[in-house]
Amino acid sequence: MDWSWLPEYLPRFVEGLWLTLQLLFWSILIGMSLAIPIGLVQVTGPRPLAWLARGFTTVIRGTPLLIQLWLIYYGVGSLFPSIPGIRESFLWPVLRDAFPYAVLAFSLSVAGYEGEIMRGAFRGVPKGELEAARAVGMSPFQVLRRVWLPRALQNTFPTLTGEFILTLKATPLAATITVFEVYGIGSIVRQETYKIYEPLLFVAAIYLCLTGILVLGFRYLENRIPKQSRS
Amino acid sequence: MENALELLALSPPGWGGNLLRGLWSTFQIALGAYILGLALGLFGAFGKIYGGPVLRGVLTVYTTVIRAVPELVLILLLYYLGTDLLNMALTSMGFERMDISGLWAGIYVIGFVQGAYSTEVLRGAFHAVPFGQIEAARAIGMSAFTAHWRIILPAMIPFALPGLANLWLIATKETALLAVVGFSELALETKQAAGATKAYFMFYLAAGALYLMLSLASTGVFALVERRFRRGQPSQS
Repeated sequence: MDWSWLPEYLPRFVEGLWLTLQLLFWSILIGMSLAIPIGLVQVTGPRPLAWLARGFTTVIRGTPLLIQLWLIYYGVGSLFPSIPGIRESFLWPVLRDAFPYAVLAFSLSVAGYEGEIMRGAFRGVPKGELEAARAVGMSPFQVLRRVWLPRALQNTFPTLTGEFILTLKATPLAATITVFEVYGIGSIVRQETYKIYEPLLFVAAIYLCLTGILVLGFRYLENRIPKQSRS
Repeated sequence: MENALELLALSPPGWGGNLLRGLWSTFQIALGAYILGLALGLFGAFGKIYGGPVLRGVLTVYTTVIRAVPELVLILLLYYLGTDLLNMALTSMGFERMDISGLWAGIYVIGFVQGAYSTEVLRGAFHAVPFGQIEAARAIGMSAFTAHWRIILPAMIPFALPGLANLWLIATKETALLAVVGFSELALETKQAAGATKAYFMFYLAAGALYLMLSLASTGVFALVERRFRRGQPSQS
């Protein structure tokens, strides 16, 4: 084992780590916001919307994330330059960068998996609570905002740890579309130093630590949230 | 549209044949890895239940580390580690160094990862079997092995099936990661076809459709299997 390369590359690993955390944060944030309507329309929405949401979750969960990522980056990305005038538009710097494509692909993936969980969570809220809310005169939207959504989100909280870890473990895929997060930096080290095991072990250790921090952090949060009593 | 059909044609210059061959490799790798994962999982689950402190400790490290580190990193690590160890063993016994073929290397790395998840699924299923059934089996004089073979394993299957079905779906999707390492399967065939023809969008869409077909067909098969193993059990509703 030879670790003499480490000091030289450490600053780049810090940059990579920052990129990994950004990917994780935005994907979960956007994905979760998409998951709420996807879950809701399957429980109460009009038929066509429910079918659409159902189809979306099936496709996302039935195909590999790598293919989705490549379809979005190489597939959709290759269609943009054919639009006339797009290279001069203000959108071009965003469309040329790989990072937004990675966030989009990961967000859709989170939305697909978490949308399925939200569907069960919305369905799992006891009917009596919704009836009580309606009986005191709340409008359907108020029922959703004050009772249904908060209670459903409370039920999904335990699944969040798993979702964060799954997304964290998916972020290395971004390296295949030139987003050099932690794993990508590790690949650069492997190419430049011709070492195989040391960079890989170092990268694995970083992910192990991140997962550990996530698990402990969520355990702490979960203990602070009052548990609902089940009768 | 005509252009797309031409590109997807089964015989060259179409790339459809390559994609289907890739799908077949994907299926083979996934199936092999799944079976290897089940074997490792069975060993791991019973090791965690009956093993001594050392074995239990080793297995806990195995399941924890494998489930916390990204699959892409694990695949690379396991691939290099496996080939190096194999070649060290071969050269020390006086044989030539050899390269493992993509198929077997893929089965080994994905199977090793699957084993960690299988361990947890099977361990959960074991604990779901009512203890009275195990006691009853021992009480009528079955040996420990017979009790496991005839009573516990069959009773575990209905509890394990939902988790195991999920693991199979994960296995089929995880094989796509092998494209990054350069093993030939559906994802890599697609990448090559897309690169050669520049029809990126169409080929990735086609690959997605093939993966989706595999997933949907598997879900259907597992639903049938589950119905068979749940016969005679009270329906859950």
